[in-house]
Amino acid sequence: MSINPGFAPSFSLDGRQVPFTAGQTIIQAAAAAGIYIPHLCYRPELKPHGSCKLCTVKVNGRQASSCTLQAQAGMVVESDTDELNDERRALLQMLFVEGNHFCPSCEKSGDCKLQATACELGMTSPHYDHFFPSRPVDASHPDVLLDFNRCILCSLCVRASRDIDGKSVFALSGRGIGSRLIVNARSGRLGDTDFSAADKAASVCPVGVILPKRRGFAVPIGERTYDAAPISVVALREGE
Amino acid sequence: MNAPPKKRLKVATTSLAGCFGCHMSLLDIDERLFDLLKIVEFDRSPFTDIKAVGAAGPCDVGIVEGGLCNAENVQVLREFRQHCKVLIAIGACAINGGLPAQRNHLELGAILEEVYHAGHGLANGTIPNDPELPLPLDRVHPLHEVVRIDVFIPGCPPSADAIWQVLTDLIAGRPPRLGYGLLQYD
Repeated sequence: MSINPGFAPSFSLDGRQVPFTAGQTIIQAAAAAGIYIPHLCYRPELKPHGSCKLCTVKVNGRQASSCTLQAQAGMVVESDTDELNDERRALLQMLFVEGNHFCPSCEKSGDCKLQATACELGMTSPHYDHFFPSRPVDASHPDVLLDFNRCILCSLCVRASRDIDGKSVFALSGRGIGSRLIVNARSGRLGDTDFSAADKAASVCPVGVILPKRRGFAVPIGERTYDAAPISVVALREGE
Repeated sequence: MNAPPKKRLKVATTSLAGCFGCHMSLLDIDERLFDLLKIVEFDRSPFTDIKAVGAAGPCDVGIVEGGLCNAENVQVLREFRQHCKVLIAIGACAINGGLPAQRNHLELGAILEEVYHAGHGLANGTIPNDPELPLPLDRVHPLHEVVRIDVFIPGCPPSADAIWQVLTDLIAGRPPRLGYGLLQYD
């Protein structure tokens, strides 16, 4: 609701006035205004999930997920502060130690949102002790393979498969640190589903879990997505 | 008047479960090595013949590549921590175990069995058991899980420019800072 009829309502983000339309979340309004808020589990075309917590901002002094909180006129929002970026770095470090993120041999290196966000926020070390999970690779599908040890449980593939492809191939299962990505087939294998490499779900993984077979290291170093520009620039340009 | 020669910084380096690639990337600073040698001297390092770190006095900087895969790695790392004021973990292996930590999926006995005994083409193979050989750890570990690390330089390997940036920052007494472009994990 606008205070001044005829003018778009707005809120303040790191001191800048950001206009919004009714129903827009903070992260949507910020992106439309050309302001990047770090995120991993949010994609504009899918329902928000609120699991990665990287888009956490302070709204009137209290922390909130900017991907789920709708903008209100007059809000005072902080995002690019030392305190919030320190917390984002800690969240990234947790994601790195919970999985096996061996970037030197990962096909997604240079195109990976987790990696690019860690570079953007200046993460030099994982800080915490490593979990070294041991989850078997699923190579049963003719065109796509799954390496679950890199999964950050963002559920983008779950949402894309359910809401866009209409197939519900993936799901999150288990509790606590036992939570994991599963394939909805009696056998639990991707090869026993109607999943296709052309599905939306095949292309939304922000990390190196869902990978096409027989195509590896095809893009020269220097020409990968985040070689030329940091994710703060690419995300706004690509509308992701 | 001749100023008294400045005391040079003492730098020790070692490779634990590393591939020596981080040392090669250090050498990739090329002619800058001559500038470096005016201000640092090397203690124990694969570049020198000194056998024990800090034997001739404490070191200012210790640079360690590679993770921890066996008992000797742990002993050397502890000696580096004891004798170096600033300890740098260099490269993916030192920082998160790196690609060698992919063996953490497997049971150590099964790996040794496959490589030394049961593997294809081995005649009368036996798993080496001489006490002179360091026992492997059941898992590969990053350095920071055993000693305190002061500075991390990620990359596999880090670029020469990243290594140069950290060394020149430390020599100048600045906190090391890797800007965008120098920070990489692959």
